[in-house]
Amino acid sequence: MARISDYRDNSARKNVERALAAAHENEIYHALLSLTKERALERADAVDRGEITGRLAGVPFVVKDNFLAFGAPTTAAGRMLEGFDAPLQATAVEKLEAEGAICIGKANLDAFAHGGSTENSAFGPTKNAYDLQRVAGGSSGGSAVATALDIVPFALGTDTGGSIRQPASFNGVIGVKPTYGTVSRYGVVAMASSTDTIGTFATNAEDAALVMDIMAGRDVRDMTTLPDFFTPTVDIKSQKIGIIKEYMSDDVDIEVRESTLAYADKLRAAGHTVEEVSMPILRYALAMYYIIVPAEISSNLARYDGIRYGYRAEGVKTLAELYGRSRDEGFTTENKRRIMIGSYVLSSGFFDAYYQQAQRARTILIDEYNRLFETYDVLIGPVAPTPAFKLDEHAADPVSMYLADIMTVPPSLAGLPALSVPAGMTGEGLPIGVQLIGQQKTDAHLLALAAQMEGR
Amino acid sequence: MTQISRDDVLHLAQLSSLQLTDDEINSLQQDITNILGYVEQLSELDTAGVEPTYQVTGLTNIWRDDVVDQSDVTREQLLALAPEQQDNSVKVPKVL
Repeated sequence: MARISDYRDNSARKNVERALAAAHENEIYHALLSLTKERALERADAVDRGEITGRLAGVPFVVKDNFLAFGAPTTAAGRMLEGFDAPLQATAVEKLEAEGAICIGKANLDAFAHGGSTENSAFGPTKNAYDLQRVAGGSSGGSAVATALDIVPFALGTDTGGSIRQPASFNGVIGVKPTYGTVSRYGVVAMASSTDTIGTFATNAEDAALVMDIMAGRDVRDMTTLPDFFTPTVDIKSQKIGIIKEYMSDDVDIEVRESTLAYADKLRAAGHTVEEVSMPILRYALAMYYIIVPAEISSNLARYDGIRYGYRAEGVKTLAELYGRSRDEGFTTENKRRIMIGSYVLSSGFFDAYYQQAQRARTILIDEYNRLFETYDVLIGPVAPTPAFKLDEHAADPVSMYLADIMTVPPSLAGLPALSVPAGMTGEGLPIGVQLIGQQKTDAHLLALAAQMEGR
Repeated sequence: MTQISRDDVLHLAQLSSLQLTDDEINSLQQDITNILGYVEQLSELDTAGVEPTYQVTGLTNIWRDDVVDQSDVTREQLLALAPEQQDNSVKVPKVL
C-alpha cells in the first residue's frame, strides 16, 4: 500500500485523478458515497500553481460522511440528513486542507455511526477489502476500505466505541482512536458526546502520526478539546507491556489469539517485556457502553426534527406528526433502537438503576486502568473477537452485533488512546489487528511503538 | 429479566418523537427486550460509594467572554437548508 511520501513528488492533479480513477475501479466495494471531483481538481490545480503548500500538499484523502465537508452533500449515511449541503467544514478537514491535503470523496458508514459493520448504511453496505462476501467492519467501514484498496493513503473516521479500530483490523490498515479531546469535533455529526473521537486510517504509523499531528489541538469551537499536547515522537525506550488476559479466552477466535501472541513475541524480540495482566471489570464494559452511549444518542439525535434541515415527511398535518413521521422515516432501525434504549435508561424510575449505575461502573473501569498503568506503559489485546464476519451474519440480532465491540469499548469509556495495527492474516487470508492501548495523552508514544514494530 | 410490552414500546416511541409503523413495533419490542436483557447484568456489580464519571479528561466549564462574533455562515445559507421556507422564515404546519 502506498505511503503519503509516495504522493509528494507527483503533480497534485495526477494524484487526484489517480485517486478518482481508483475510486471508480473499486465501486463494487461501495466504500464511497460520493466524490468531490470538481472541488478536488480545483484544489489540485491550486496546489500545482503553488498557491497552497504544506505537509500534505497534493495528497488525496477521504472523509467519513459524518464530517461536514464541501464538494458533496453530507449524509451520515442516513436519509434523515437528505439534502444537507454543509454550510461550513469540520475543523479537522479545515486543518488538513490548510496543509494542502485534498478531499476526493465521502466514505460510507453505518447511519449516524451506529453499528459495527457498515451494514446499517441507508445506502447499502461496504464490502471488505479482502473478501466481497464479508463486512467492512464499522462504523467507519468505507474509510477503512478506501485506505486498504489504496484509493487514498489516509482517510478520516470517527470512533465512539471502536468505529475506527475494528474496521482497521478487518481491512489490514492502521486505525487511530486518540485520547478523548485530542481533535476538535466541531462540524462532525455528534453521536455520544462523552466518547466521540476523531481519528484516522493510514497504511503505516508514521503517516498516521503526521495526520494526527495536523488535526490535533485546542479549538475554541469545541470546548471539550484538550490543551495542545500531541508531539510526534520516535524515541521509544524498553516498554513494560501488559497483555489483557480477559481478551484471550476460548470465546475469542483462535487465529486472533495466535496473532496477538505472535505480536507479543515480536515486542519481546524488540527488547520490551510483555506479561499477562487481568482486569476483571472488563466483563461489564459492554453493558456500561450500551447504556451510556444510547442515552447520549437519544439526546444528540433529538436535533433531527425535520424542521430546520434534513428530511421532512410529506403530507403531515400537525407539528407532532411532522416530528414523529420525519424521524420514523428518516432514521434506520438501528438508529431507532438506540434512541429508544436511551429514552428508556434516562426515564424516571430507571435512571438510577441503568444510567447512574453505568456511570459508577465507568469509574471502577477507569480506576482499574489506572492501577495497571502504574506498572505498565502499554496494554495490548485483540481488536475484535473475530476477523471480518460474513455480510448478514449478525444483522438479525442486535446483541450479537454489539458483542463485536466488546474489546474496543473499554478504552473509549475511559477516554484512552488506542490503535489497531495489522498483525497478520488468517489461513483464509483475512487481516487481523492487534490493539495497543495507552494512558491519556500517550497517543504519539503508541504510534512510535507501532512504527518501531512495522516490518519486524 | 425485564419484559418490554407493546405499550412500553409505544411510550418510548412517544418519548423519542418516533411515530412507528405497526410492523416496526413488534420487532422493536423484541430487540429492546433483548438489549435490556444484556445490559441488566450490570446490576450485579457493587457500586456502593462509587462516584459516577460523566467526563473523562477532568475538564470543567471553559469560560469565554460573552462577545458577539461574526460567523462565516449566512442567514441565507441556513434558511436554504430548511425543507420548506417562506418569507425569510422556516415554514412548519400550524401549531395551534
